[in-house]
Parts: sequence; C-alpha cells; structure tokens
Amino acid sequence: MLEFILARYNYWIVICLMMTGLYIVFARGNLVKTLIGLNLFQTSVFIFYITVGKVIGGTAPILIENKKKDGTHGGDHGAGHGESHSEAPVGFVSSDEAEHLVSEGAAHEATDPSVTNQIGYGQPGAGGQATESLHLQPPATPANELFKDVAGDAAHAAGASSDAAAAATDILYSNPLPHVLILTAIVVGVATTAVGLSLAVRIREAYGTVEEDDLESMDNAAEVAEVAR
Amino acid sequence: MGHLILRVTIKLLFAPIILFALYVQFHGDYGPGGGFQAGVTLAAAFILHALGFGLDRCQKVIPPGWLPVGMALGVLIYAGTGIYTMLLGGNFLDYDVIQPDSHHHAGQHIGIIVVELGVGLAVAATMLQIFYAFAAREPEPMDDAW
Amino acid sequence: MLLAEAVAPASELLAESEFPGLSAAFAVEIFILAMLAATAFAMIRMRQLFGVAMLSGIYSLLSAAFFVALDAVDVAFTEAAVGAGVSTVLVLSGIALTAKRELPVDRERTFLPLAIVLVVGAALVYATIDMPAFGDPNAPANVYVGAQYIERTPEDIEVPNIVTAVLASYRGFDTLGETVVVFTAGLACLLLLGAGSIRGGGRHDDEEH
Repeated sequence: MLEFILARYNYWIVICLMMTGLYIVFARGNLVKTLIGLNLFQTSVFIFYITVGKVIGGTAPILIENKKKDGTHGGDHGAGHGESHSEAPVGFVSSDEAEHLVSEGAAHEATDPSVTNQIGYGQPGAGGQATESLHLQPPATPANELFKDVAGDAAHAAGASSDAAAAATDILYSNPLPHVLILTAIVVGVATTAVGLSLAVRIREAYGTVEEDDLESMDNAAEVAEVAR
Repeated sequence: MGHLILRVTIKLLFAPIILFALYVQFHGDYGPGGGFQAGVTLAAAFILHALGFGLDRCQKVIPPGWLPVGMALGVLIYAGTGIYTMLLGGNFLDYDVIQPDSHHHAGQHIGIIVVELGVGLAVAATMLQIFYAFAAREPEPMDDAW
Repeated sequence: MLLAEAVAPASELLAESEFPGLSAAFAVEIFILAMLAATAFAMIRMRQLFGVAMLSGIYSLLSAAFFVALDAVDVAFTEAAVGAGVSTVLVLSGIALTAKRELPVDRERTFLPLAIVLVVGAALVYATIDMPAFGDPNAPANVYVGAQYIERTPEDIEVPNIVTAVLASYRGFDTLGETVVVFTAGLACLLLLGAGSIRGGGRHDDEEH
C-alpha cells in the first residue's frame, strides 16, 4: 500500500495543481486572471508529462561522450552475453557505422524485435538478481576480438541487463520524447498566452473593463437598447 | 525612469546574456539548449534593456520594422531547408542528402544547425515583437491604482 | 569497467529499494511539489494582479527546478527562460494595459466551479490507479518510440543531445509546425495591438471621446 502511494503521489499532487489552475479559469471573472490560471493549468500539464517520462535511476537524455570515442576506435566491442534460459541471438546494435556489436544474450522476450527498447533502459524488470555479468576492456585491444564476454557470476543473469551493457548504452536515460513535446509546447504556450492577453487588452479598450460580469451586462444592455430602437 | 542600480546591472548583464544565447544556440547539439531556448534568451536580453532604459532606446537598436521580417525569415529558413533537401533528391527535411558521403552524418549536423538557426530567429523575433506590441501601446487612464 | 561501474548503482538501486520513491530525490521532489502547491493556492486567493503575475513567475521557476529533478534539462531551461522571464513581463504589460485588481467574486459563484474541479480531479486520480508507477522503465510511455530514439540517435544522427536530435531531425515536421504556430501567434499580436490595429499601435489621442 505504501509502495502504491509512493509510486503515485507525484501524479496526485500534479493533478491537484492542474485542478487549481482549472478552478481559477472557472471561478474567476477577470480575464487576465483567467489567462494566468490557464497558464498555471498548462504548466501543471507539462509537469505531468515530464513526470510520466521520468525513469528512476535515469539521467538526462544527453549521450555520455566516452561511448562514442570508444566506438570510433573500433576496438571496444563490449559484448557480453549473459547466460540464460533462452539463447536466441537478440539483434544487432551498432555503436558506429562500421562495426556491429552482436549482443548475444537473452531477454525475456528474446524474439521480440522490441528488445532493443529495453536495452536503452537497462531492463530492471528482468529481475532483481541481475548481477553484472561483464566488464569492458579498454579500447586498445585487437579489433577482431569480437566478443569480450565475461561470464557472469549469476548463471541466469538477466539477459537484457547484459544486453544493455553490450549496446554500450548501459546508462539509463529518461524518455526524451515528452521533453521534446513539452519544450516546444512551452514556447507555443507563451505565444498563445500573448494572443489571449492582447485580446484582453482590446476588450478593455472597447469596454473599459475586463470583468466578465460587467462585460456581459454591458452586452445585454446594448442588445436591449438595440431592440428598443 | 529606472533606478541607477538596476541600470548598471542591466548594462553589465546585457552582453553576457546575448553571448549566452548564442552559446545555447550553437551548442544545442551537445548540451541542453537549442533554437527555442536561444531565441527566448536573446529576446529576454532586449526586453531587459527596454525595461531599464525605455522602449525608444531599444527600438533604435532593433527597429520594430525588422521583427516581422525576422519572424518570417526564421520560418522560411526552416522550411527552406526542407525544400533544399527535396531539391537534392531526398525527402522533406531529410538532412542526410546534404552530405551523403559523410560517415559521421555531417549532413544531419548541418541540417540541425541550420534548422535551429531558423527556429532561434523566428522565436526571438516573435517574442520581441509581442513585447513591442504590448509595450508600445499606451495605457488608457485607469480608474484603479496599483 | 567504466560501463559496468555505471550500471551497478542503477541496477542496485532498482533491486534494493522496494519503494522507488524513497531517496534523497524523494525529499527534493516532495519539497518542490509542496512549494508549487503553496504557490498555486496563493494565486487563487490573491486579488492584486501584480502579485498574481509574480507568483506565476515563481511557479514557473519552481517547475523548472522540478524539471531538473526529473532529468528534463532542456525543458527546465525553456521553462526558466520563458515562464519566469518573458511570460512574466508579458503578463505584467498586459496588466498595465487592462486592470490592476480583480473584483471580488461572490461566495455562491465559487461553489459550482469547486464542485466541477473536485469531480474532475477525482476522476483523474481514479485514472492514475491504472497508471504505471512513477519512474517505471517499462511503462508503455517509455518503451516504444522514446527508447527507439535513445537507441538510434548515436547511429542515425550522432548528436549527443537526444532531445535536439528528436526535435530537429526525427520530428522536424513537428517543430516546423510549432515554429509556424509561434510565428502566427506573433502575427496575431501584431494585428491586434501593433501597427495594423485600429489605434495604429500606441497613439492614444486618435479617439474622439
């Protein structure tokens, strides 16, 4: 139960924030305050998106440099294969344009092409007993030594975990996709807020007020006058 | 208008902010940043200057007439990159055809830099344009005070 | 060696901590979230719009801090520059052109919005029960296309910042669209307030009354 709450308290607080913004939009009559409330709502939705994209133990999605250097030397073929119950070769994971690292090992869904998905994240779901089953040599080794596999201690070390290391993208990254979406949405958000504000400015110049109630009564009065005439 | 301390601070900060915006613009491939952030930061530098020294002096540096041109030019640079890759025989915004022989995806790098430049120009010009539009408008007399 | 060392803490963390939230990051997150909530509630109560604009800037800055805690450095950067910088200035100049204070709202009129908000909030909270846990690497949102971007960027684009690669290359169309939206919004502001508008962008004395 505590675990359940701890895994979701973030969502709940962010929903609280969203609802605060929504409340301002609904309950307040001042157009500028409504726009600020809309902004609050928007920012809270952004927070929610980013929360969904977070991976525990992950880091910012900026590739760590040393991996690239190693790859271009062509020497570092860190391919570990964890031994496990299914031995299907998983797929090709190339770290530069010339070399392919054949990562052998097994994920739970070994035949699934989406196994590469799990590589990037290190697949912790493969089991807590996933011990490190490899270490990588420095790049000065001969190039044709393709597999520098080091047997893991655990015979059934989770394959995907060693895959992750084999792909040399063993560092967990948070999901970059929400970041991209929200990044552009923030700038678009401020631009559209500015449009809303300029509409409010024009309304103020035409009516002399930005309170919704006053605007409505003025409109009604004008309509009545129109009908009477 | 404006306090002396504020003005001195703004003078000190103005150039570093612009430098930082340029760094963010061109270093967006390697670290956090890119066209959107750089554009906003650049616009923020001029907005800060206008807040401290008045809109007129800021408009001497960047005349309001330039801004719609900058906005359109930014979008055109972006779309033009796509057209250019189409002319080279690739898909729209398929940067690889810019330098097809490169083993290090130089085409992608060039494409991303050019496109980010367009984004940065468009965003900076738009933000400054919006600020000019608001700041240049003289307020009507208010019936309530601050 | 280096890589193995890098893997070890991450997997250890995942293996050992039964509660994925309990850590130093937990304290930071709960602190920032509490501050965000306090700012938001203060914004409801405050009727002076200058104060509301300032609180909105604070809210943006706090959310930028939260974005850093959630690994979204690019987003945090943007939010800090836009939300705390440009947006606050724009709202302030909007306030200068409209009204400084909002009128008080009747007590009765707050009841219906409160009820709606509570119902919507309850529905959303109910929906989170089915959502994957916070930070779950196997959440559906994190395994498909997002993982593909991380996986392929080193080969396809060779740009270290994956966010930039996705923004400008993989999703170039998207970003083109967003740029056009920003452009259009700027144009709309120009038409509403600028040289093209009735008052010709500023001169106030062209009105008769």
